[in-house]
Amino acid sequence: MSVLPYLVAGWLFLVGCHGLVTSRNLVHAVACLTVTQSATYVLLLAVGFRAGATAPVFSDIPVGTRVVDPVVQALTLTDIVVSATITAVLLALTIQIHKRHGTVNPDELRALRD
Amino acid sequence: MVVETLPPLMVALPLLTATVLAAAGRVLPRLVIDAVSLLTCLLVFAGSVALLVATGSRRVVSWLGGYSPEHGVSVGVVFVVDRVGAGLAALVAVLVTAALTYTWRYFEEVESYFHALILLFLVGMVGFVLTGDLFNAFVFFELMGAVAYALTGYKIEEAKPLQGALNFAVINSLGAYCALLGIGLVYGRTGELGFAQVQRALAGHHTDWLVLLAATLVFTGFLVKGAAVPFHFWLADAHAVAPSPVCVLFSGVMVELGIYGVARTASTAFSSALPAERFRPVLMVAGVLTAVIGAVMCQAQSHLKRLLAFSTVGHVGVFLVALGAFEPAAVGGLVVYVLGHAAVKGALFLCTGILLNTRGSVDEAQLHGRGRDLPLTRVCFLAGGLALAALPPFGTGLGETLSEEGLSHAGFSWPSALFVGVSALTGGAVLRAGMRVFVGMGIPPSIQGETSVQGEISVHGETRGVDENRETEGAVRSVPATMLAPVVALLAGGLALGLLPGLAASAQDAAQQLLDSAGYAAAALDGIRAVPPPTPGAETWSLSGLLFDMVSTLLALLIAVTAVYSDRLPRLLRGIVHAVRLPLGALRSTHSGHLGDYVAWLLVGVTLLAIGIAVS
Amino acid sequence: MSPRARLVLFAAVTPVFAVLFFLAARGLPSFGSDFHPYGDRAVAVAIEQRATDNVVSSVNFDQRAVDTLGEEFILFGSVIGTLVLLRPSPEERQVGQRSAGRVLPTTRLAGYLLLPVSVLVGLYVIAHGQLSPGGGFQGGVVLATGWHLLYVAGRYLAMRRAAPPTVLEITESLGAAAFAAVGLAGLGLGGAFLANVLPTGSRGELLSGGTVPLLNAAVGVEVAAAVVLLLAAFLEQAVVLRRVDYQDQR
Repeated sequence: MSVLPYLVAGWLFLVGCHGLVTSRNLVHAVACLTVTQSATYVLLLAVGFRAGATAPVFSDIPVGTRVVDPVVQALTLTDIVVSATITAVLLALTIQIHKRHGTVNPDELRALRD
Repeated sequence: MVVETLPPLMVALPLLTATVLAAAGRVLPRLVIDAVSLLTCLLVFAGSVALLVATGSRRVVSWLGGYSPEHGVSVGVVFVVDRVGAGLAALVAVLVTAALTYTWRYFEEVESYFHALILLFLVGMVGFVLTGDLFNAFVFFELMGAVAYALTGYKIEEAKPLQGALNFAVINSLGAYCALLGIGLVYGRTGELGFAQVQRALAGHHTDWLVLLAATLVFTGFLVKGAAVPFHFWLADAHAVAPSPVCVLFSGVMVELGIYGVARTASTAFSSALPAERFRPVLMVAGVLTAVIGAVMCQAQSHLKRLLAFSTVGHVGVFLVALGAFEPAAVGGLVVYVLGHAAVKGALFLCTGILLNTRGSVDEAQLHGRGRDLPLTRVCFLAGGLALAALPPFGTGLGETLSEEGLSHAGFSWPSALFVGVSALTGGAVLRAGMRVFVGMGIPPSIQGETSVQGEISVHGETRGVDENRETEGAVRSVPATMLAPVVALLAGGLALGLLPGLAASAQDAAQQLLDSAGYAAAALDGIRAVPPPTPGAETWSLSGLLFDMVSTLLALLIAVTAVYSDRLPRLLRGIVHAVRLPLGALRSTHSGHLGDYVAWLLVGVTLLAIGIAVS
Repeated sequence: MSPRARLVLFAAVTPVFAVLFFLAARGLPSFGSDFHPYGDRAVAVAIEQRATDNVVSSVNFDQRAVDTLGEEFILFGSVIGTLVLLRPSPEERQVGQRSAGRVLPTTRLAGYLLLPVSVLVGLYVIAHGQLSPGGGFQGGVVLATGWHLLYVAGRYLAMRRAAPPTVLEITESLGAAAFAAVGLAGLGLGGAFLANVLPTGSRGELLSGGTVPLLNAAVGVEVAAAVVLLLAAFLEQAVVLRRVDYQDQR
């Protein structure tokens, strides 16, 4: 089952998309978006895993110990900060939408129909 | 100064200015804020011009942190600048300068936040065109996104900008996460992130589903930004509601950067595993769909900014078709077309902003005849419409001609008809609006009630531009020079692009560099930076090209006049207009403003893209 | 589209996407493999050249510091963006809320007791980013959390008085600017933007890793201020802002 961890990423992505497609509340939709982003964390970390290895921090382990890939961990950290900040902007928009539209249900937002 | 230090400086300097503006903006006088931001832009522009000169003979490679590669490997991130990168950075700087000049008397209450956000937006775009690393591109892509979402929702007093910004933010973020999934797959296979390193690492592998899906996902991220059908829905929503100077940046260059992203990664990172022929059919099919839907939707709008937004979608389709050839001549034409389009579309958006600020509306019907006493704006708007219809000698016309000829040399003659059609329909829509608003042609429509505007197919509940707030405090009586100057300058620039003698040849060299994957990798990793000498003999205007351009301009005028005087059409023609009502209504109803719809379409797009690349 | 049509469209394409993803995932090296060329190089550089025990920090703040620079400014831009989006609109005004409602004495005590602990932990995590798991982001968030214990303790207005938004904005800008400035110092002294120009010290020392601790500190300051600002903007919506007409109805 060596593909299973990768498939978790795909699963998270699709579950998040399903939430976005069926969402009836923008706060829920924003949360679903962060679920799709979690897929990227899982994929990156899974790709960087090395069997039987420890964290790439050498303060208390000898040099040469098997460690997992530090690069994906750095990328994931960057990714998490990006996610948190974008979420803040989205939630700020949601608050204002609630004030202007009186609803946060995407089905009831009708300002931009063509 | 060594030219290699310029790319990081062009990123660092505006960042520092933005921090100063955010920290000290409350105490600085408005004049200082404007001057400092403009000066920063001009410095970035100067840097990109220096890079343009330098890239005539070599690629400019900067390893950040000084981690230059040893034996072709490195742990650092690299900026690799070629002609296209330098040119796009220059375009970004010019458009930001225009937007900031326009804002001089605009948004009186903005404090310095608006300027700081615009400068961060500048950095996002400049960084994206300079970088040579997949993950770093994602970071700059997200920087571009985060500020763009906030800028779109800037007018919090209104309902529309907020919904537009949310749709924009969710769809673009989802696109970016698709790209990051793709990057994860690439990293898993190659263990590398640099464009050049990935290219070399993939060369040893056979092409399988992993590479296919990775390329698809990365392209999806870029094509969402590039507003290709069916990822384009956010564009009209965001462009219709964002402040006008921001629209200039969105339509003029941000969307085009999506196409640049596809071109760059296709010709570097994925080029060894997937030759360009694999991408050609999907890009061309997507391009045709995008062009047709954009142009048709453009005709159906009465909200001026939405109209311009859909015309951008139409042109993006044309750009995708031109890129799909992956031939230097066609891509060179594309480069010229992008520059010309940016100038013209920027000027048109700013004209619309002037209408909003002097007349309090961006609705074609409501503004009927009310632009007659804005003489200079009238001239500029109508000239912009003609330029969009590819009237020679505007840069748009030259770009269209060059791309058409490049494509037909590569064996594709059908795009000419498509290009002429898109120019005629989008230019025609702008001219129609211009004739009604600035000349007062046709019957003044009655705004009250649900009577549809003559010649238009009105669907109940469509987005109209009638209840928009001004972006200045109070109505602007006379149009200030700082608003008109950028309009005139952009149009003059659009005209100059078509007349510059060396532009076509230079663009073709730029395209050659862009498509040269081996040269890119050698520059990044082996220090072999020289580029082939300029190819002499690239032609500019040709007779057949001029002819095509004239045809599209005349068609645009014909479409515009027909639409304005549709009440006098013979019965038969009116019957035809009536007959397209149903399919058009169906197409329009897909642009529902509903987030869930857009996400579903995005998934459809990813899947079709993957299948398309797989079967090619 | 109707919700049903939307779901049908989604259900039609999702299985295809899922199959494609499965096929692609099978092409990845098997989970836990030894194939990590970039990772191996990053470890070697961090340990042998840069004396940075925490290799993740070495990647984030040294080898790929430009990613972090971009990300710092995503944070910076998002904070400005959120402040812009949540600014009071013309029909809203701020109403001071004197009392914080009912706060249980135990909650208040817990807030006061945990405050110094979390500040200390935050500073420790920032300062040891080059040695042990943690760094500017993690520590910055812990610091900001500590600050919000005051809110939990019912001292929202005291919290606002102690660190008004202007001060926080300046602090945040300084943190962000410091990151870019260290990068420029690298360009001036080391010939490359974000070059690690400080002496790297030896592994395990508090001041090892060259510019890594410096950048960690800059990030820590920025993240702490940014998170406080962000949360303050949202708290403001709940605690301080009222629509004028809404007020009048009461």
